[in-house]
Amino acid sequence: MILEMNNIRKHFDGLEVLEDISLNVDSGEVVSIIGPSGSGKSTLLRCATFLETIDGGEILYMGDRAAWTDEKGSVSYVHHQDLRRFRNYCGLVFQQFNLFPHYSILKNIIDAPIHVQKRSREEAEETAMQLLGKMGIADKANAYPYQLSGGQQQRVAIARALAMKPEILFFDEPTSALDPELTGEVLKVIRQLAEEKMTMVVVTHEMPFAKAVSNRVIFMADGVIVEQGDPVKVFEDPQEERTKQFLRVFER
Amino acid sequence: MTLSTMLSTMGAGMIRTCLIFVLTLVGSLPLGMIVALLRKSRFAPVRGIISVYISIMRDTPLMLQLLCWYFGPFYLFGWNIGSWRFPAIIVGFVLNYAAYFAEIYRGGIESIPAGQYEAAEVLGYSKAQTFIRIILPQVIKIIMPSVTNEVITLVKDTSLAFTLAYQEVFSLAKQISASQTSFMPFLIAGIFYFVANYIVEIVMKRIEKSLDYYK
Repeated sequence: MILEMNNIRKHFDGLEVLEDISLNVDSGEVVSIIGPSGSGKSTLLRCATFLETIDGGEILYMGDRAAWTDEKGSVSYVHHQDLRRFRNYCGLVFQQFNLFPHYSILKNIIDAPIHVQKRSREEAEETAMQLLGKMGIADKANAYPYQLSGGQQQRVAIARALAMKPEILFFDEPTSALDPELTGEVLKVIRQLAEEKMTMVVVTHEMPFAKAVSNRVIFMADGVIVEQGDPVKVFEDPQEERTKQFLRVFER
Repeated sequence: MTLSTMLSTMGAGMIRTCLIFVLTLVGSLPLGMIVALLRKSRFAPVRGIISVYISIMRDTPLMLQLLCWYFGPFYLFGWNIGSWRFPAIIVGFVLNYAAYFAEIYRGGIESIPAGQYEAAEVLGYSKAQTFIRIILPQVIKIIMPSVTNEVITLVKDTSLAFTLAYQEVFSLAKQISASQTSFMPFLIAGIFYFVANYIVEIVMKRIEKSLDYYK
């Protein structure tokens, strides 16, 4: 098991955003999380990637505890020096790309491998160029983010995350900030990664994509997992009323 | 007094003016960054002290502050302030300008989207690395126009050193003008300030241009 999140709770100012959510992801698995906005999908990813701290539950990567709750209900995280190791296990692709505007495309990708992971520049550049080739934008290595389209920027962001060689990659609505005609190129890259057995968790509103690419679909609403399972089953024969209601909106 | 003696006397004042200008920038640009970072400190007392400091610096006349720095040690502790004149000027200018720069830096730092911090955090950058590699370079680009404004004001503010009878270009212009009953010294001083700031503008524009490679 790459990731185990058990009984995760998270609240903001008294508002319960995640209520006892559990998410386990196996190696090579592609999990899609769907659901209405405000259902806690993004918060779940942000807890998994340590951008938010949980208020209850436990998080394990590769069977190793990163955060846990004691009998009294208080949450502990491993020492922040160790947390860096856990951060290394996971990558996150943001809705808004969040590339570093003052770095060239190549530098966006190699900077963290060199300065965080202390890998050699030569090796980092080689990996970066390979990834850019795979993303179909090798010719943009020396460009700056503002010179690229949204779709290209998002592919750079994916390459940047992959350059860290994560065990699992999270996507937080990777195509929501893109013009409709640009979503295809990003989804194609994610699909390709799925074929290569990259472990991924994708929060998305692209239902056909979720259905075609993932091994498992999770439907979240109001901070809980309402339904999950085989994508074909969830999409074509949902059991819960709340799921049916949500999917009906997309059929129109 | 011939024009050339006037010019050479005032030339020494110009050098003193430049000295105040350079030392103030060298001291206040980095100090401002420290102040800006302390203002965001986790410790409330530190934040409180910094915010009081910034308020005092910005809300009272620099001229008054200079007088306090110079005469304060004498009135408070009875110290001999004979050789304290120049240090007092520099301390006054540096602390005053650091407060303004700190606010400019703060504005710049706060304008960086949270996503930049989050991307850096997920990639495993330490707090220091995030600030130095990701945040600061972007802040510098954003604040350049405000810094230029402040630097230009500083060139003109150096004339306030005349309140402590420091012989910079403005003091000398006043003295020579009074003794020679001539307006020429003021004209020379005016041209000096204008040319100095013109150079500042050119230099700052160059720096801004060198940061134009990204948006």
